[in-house]
Amino acid sequence: MPPQDLIISSPFSITQMLWLIPAVPVVAAGVTALLRQPKRRTAVTLAIGSVSFSLLLSLVAFVHMVVRWAEGFCVHETVNFTWIQVGATNVELGWVLDPLAAVMLVMVTFVSLLIFIYSTGYMKHDENYTHFFCFMSLFAGSMLGVVIANSLLLLFMCWELVGLTSYLLIGFWYQKPSAAAAAKKAFLTTRVGDVFFLLGMVWLFAQTGTLLFYNGGTGSMEPEALAGLLAQPAALGLTAAGAISLLIFAGAAGKSGQFPLHVWLPDAMEGPTPVSALIHAATMVAAGVYLIARVYPLMQAGALAGGTTTALTVVTWVGASTAVFAALIAVAQNDIKRILAYSTISQLGYMMAGLGMGGVAVGMFHLVTHAFFKALLFLGAGSVIHGCQDEQDVRRMGGLKSDMPLTFATYSIGMLALCGFGFPLFFSGFWSKDGILDAALHWSVAKTPFYMLVLGALLTAFYMTRQVAYVFFGHWRGHKPAHESPAVMTVPLAILAFFAMTLGLIGTPAWQWFSAFLEGRSACFDLSRIVYPEFLALMGTSTVVVILGIVLSWRLYGDRSPKPEQPDVLEKAAPLVWRWLRNRLYVDELYEVTVIAYYGWWAWVADWLDRRVWGGVVDAVAWAFRGWAQLNRFLDSNVVDGSFDKGCDELAVGGGLLARVQTGRVQTYLRVLALAVMVLAAILIWSSRT
Amino acid sequence: MTPLASYLLVAALLFSIGLAGALTRRSAILVLIGIELMLNAANLNLIAFWRYGPHPEALTGMMFAIFSIAVAAAEAAVGLGLVIHIHRYAHTTNLDAMNRMKG
Amino acid sequence: MNSVFYLISALTVVGGLAAVLLRNTVHCALALTVAFAGLALLFLDLDAQFAGFAQILVYIGAVAILVVFAILLTRGSETPKGGVYSRNWPVGLVIAAGVFAVLGWAVLQSGSVLPHETAVPVVTVRQIGNALMDRYVLPLEIVALLLTTAMIGAVIVAMHEKEGQK
Repeated sequence: MPPQDLIISSPFSITQMLWLIPAVPVVAAGVTALLRQPKRRTAVTLAIGSVSFSLLLSLVAFVHMVVRWAEGFCVHETVNFTWIQVGATNVELGWVLDPLAAVMLVMVTFVSLLIFIYSTGYMKHDENYTHFFCFMSLFAGSMLGVVIANSLLLLFMCWELVGLTSYLLIGFWYQKPSAAAAAKKAFLTTRVGDVFFLLGMVWLFAQTGTLLFYNGGTGSMEPEALAGLLAQPAALGLTAAGAISLLIFAGAAGKSGQFPLHVWLPDAMEGPTPVSALIHAATMVAAGVYLIARVYPLMQAGALAGGTTTALTVVTWVGASTAVFAALIAVAQNDIKRILAYSTISQLGYMMAGLGMGGVAVGMFHLVTHAFFKALLFLGAGSVIHGCQDEQDVRRMGGLKSDMPLTFATYSIGMLALCGFGFPLFFSGFWSKDGILDAALHWSVAKTPFYMLVLGALLTAFYMTRQVAYVFFGHWRGHKPAHESPAVMTVPLAILAFFAMTLGLIGTPAWQWFSAFLEGRSACFDLSRIVYPEFLALMGTSTVVVILGIVLSWRLYGDRSPKPEQPDVLEKAAPLVWRWLRNRLYVDELYEVTVIAYYGWWAWVADWLDRRVWGGVVDAVAWAFRGWAQLNRFLDSNVVDGSFDKGCDELAVGGGLLARVQTGRVQTYLRVLALAVMVLAAILIWSSRT
Repeated sequence: MTPLASYLLVAALLFSIGLAGALTRRSAILVLIGIELMLNAANLNLIAFWRYGPHPEALTGMMFAIFSIAVAAAEAAVGLGLVIHIHRYAHTTNLDAMNRMKG
Repeated sequence: MNSVFYLISALTVVGGLAAVLLRNTVHCALALTVAFAGLALLFLDLDAQFAGFAQILVYIGAVAILVVFAILLTRGSETPKGGVYSRNWPVGLVIAAGVFAVLGWAVLQSGSVLPHETAVPVVTVRQIGNALMDRYVLPLEIVALLLTTAMIGAVIVAMHEKEGQK
């Protein structure tokens, strides 16, 4: 049955209360931020309590969705509202509850809760404890916002918030210059992707008039809008749908660390390990994959039956290339977290390739399983680092399987899940990766991605075995002895290990519940499907590849524990190749020389302009004003004052001259008197003459 | 020329002489002498007009002249007293030296 | 006009001229007396006998003596330094000449309205006395007051002040 849209009006349904799921952790973050003194207990209670509440609500939503699915419906339940009204245009926001969102909600809240609990032990000795939980709660709220967003605009807003919290958390130990630089790098690199995302968003809004995904038929992911987009041609033979899809994929590529915007992820390991686990393994980097899944109707628009679109092809190629590229680099890394970081990039490539070739269910299944075992691996690495007193170089570890048994057990489960070890059919990574390989095998465009992904699986097994051999086997090469981590850290490890093993069971060929749930079909349990020839061949191939990788690596790195100063075995064999891989294929250096140098030059130009040209203008103006002021002063004191003074002097002189009349001598006065009388008399007599 | 005119001319001449003396002599006493001459000339004028005027029986001119003589006497007394007083302090009757009222 | 008039006029004018021109101040005072005498004669010629005798009594008998006294008290008999004429004395001369010119001109050009001969008035002292008490009693009293004041004033002004009483 095709998916239906339901606009929910009942106030008590879970969909109406869905907004609480992201809101409560955000509010908890706000309250924690406003706390006057660092109150550790309060901060932790707020963080864990809010995420638990969100988990509860998410479970309710999930159960609701399962019930609807069992009844035979497949719905997108939406709640939309108008946010801004500008003239005749409305900008609407809203949230949606559908199987995809429900699955993601449960995964995010559950993994977040486990990591929060783990962090109470890991960050115990840190002085910015409350800040940590404030930022983590904010992150959880923002990520959940991304998940339930029904509007591309709301998704973008939460997307940016997620980026912000990632910046805050990578640079958590901001006193370290490397951490601050890594945070900046992460923010700027994802920003490059976000610019394209924004362009795509604006274009979509311009074309369809709405940014809502589902809106009772008028949403942008619904057939009417998609038909309109397909009719619009854009550049390079693409339609508007294809162009917008590629722009949005550019944004997802930034966030999910696809080549060439992957450079920030390894540096993001500067943040605390719980941060790496939650943000850079399980959730935030998965947001890109989730975004593609969300706009899948757009990406798939125009595909003929059995065929694919340009956008999805691009996604596939980028994903496959990233998978191999990152796996190659991971082989030559020596930092325990960096190996896992490149592994994450590689697995994200797998997810993207799965989305491109197999559809939403394939990619999302790998996303969910990856979240669990990658979080497990990171938390295990954190436990190892904590136990080795903050040592992160694998060449200085060794023999920890006896010192840290619990960590070793859970870490091995995670490692095998990541490799996709087929035996004994328990490891979730096996099923999810096989789903992707299956889709690659049946891809209509080319078979090359399949071979790339198989190579990637080989390399994954190789480097993970290398890492485990270095860390847990051999003898201890560090300075101080190691110790096991406290229970608050190992219990989440155990829980995650359990799920890493069992989660695969919802996606096996025998019981394709996951894809059925997401696509609204019914699923039946049929054990015999496993032994269908095509499945069997594929499973066998992948198992053989993985075992080959493990055996090769064990042969080279096995129980030997070479001293840290000695070069690696592969380095001795192929030093040039090793050097290239060790230096991450010089991508960072390339960026340094091109993009950063370019911007540096522009910055220098701008600075020169500012200082010389504008500064010169300002100086000139100031000089002109000063000159004017001087002129005024000159005029004032010389012309005005001078003329006034001169006038006064003249007056004084005149007065002096006039005062000479007052001689003080009587006879002068008499003379004047006589003269005046004479003149007067003369006048009078003259005038009276007749 | 009528008799009156000739008397008037004589009076005018005396007046001018007295004025000249008052305006040109350096000593204060001589200024006073000049002033006395002027007053006398005026008296002569008065008497002349009384004699040749329309109503000499009214005695106006004569009375005027008599009073003028009396006043002139008083004025001479006070004036000369002043000159003596000033002489006591300035030790001179030189009018040119008495310029303390100079502006 | 008879020659008596010319003679007396000449005497008077010469006396006046001498009074203002002589160097010695005492000589000037004496010349003034001559001028006063001449004027008295002129009054007599004008049938103003009382005025003439009053002139002799008051002017010659009092004012001239007073002037002489003042001259002697102020050592005016000595020849002053720097000449007898004040600064810029030609200016005063010119002004005096101008005054005479105006007066003369006034007299001469109004000659037509002046009468020629009139009857000789007969004035007795009794008439003058009556007039003084009758019509001119007020001026009489005022002049009396004036004379008293002038006398007192002159005494005060000319009095030697004691040392330390300034």
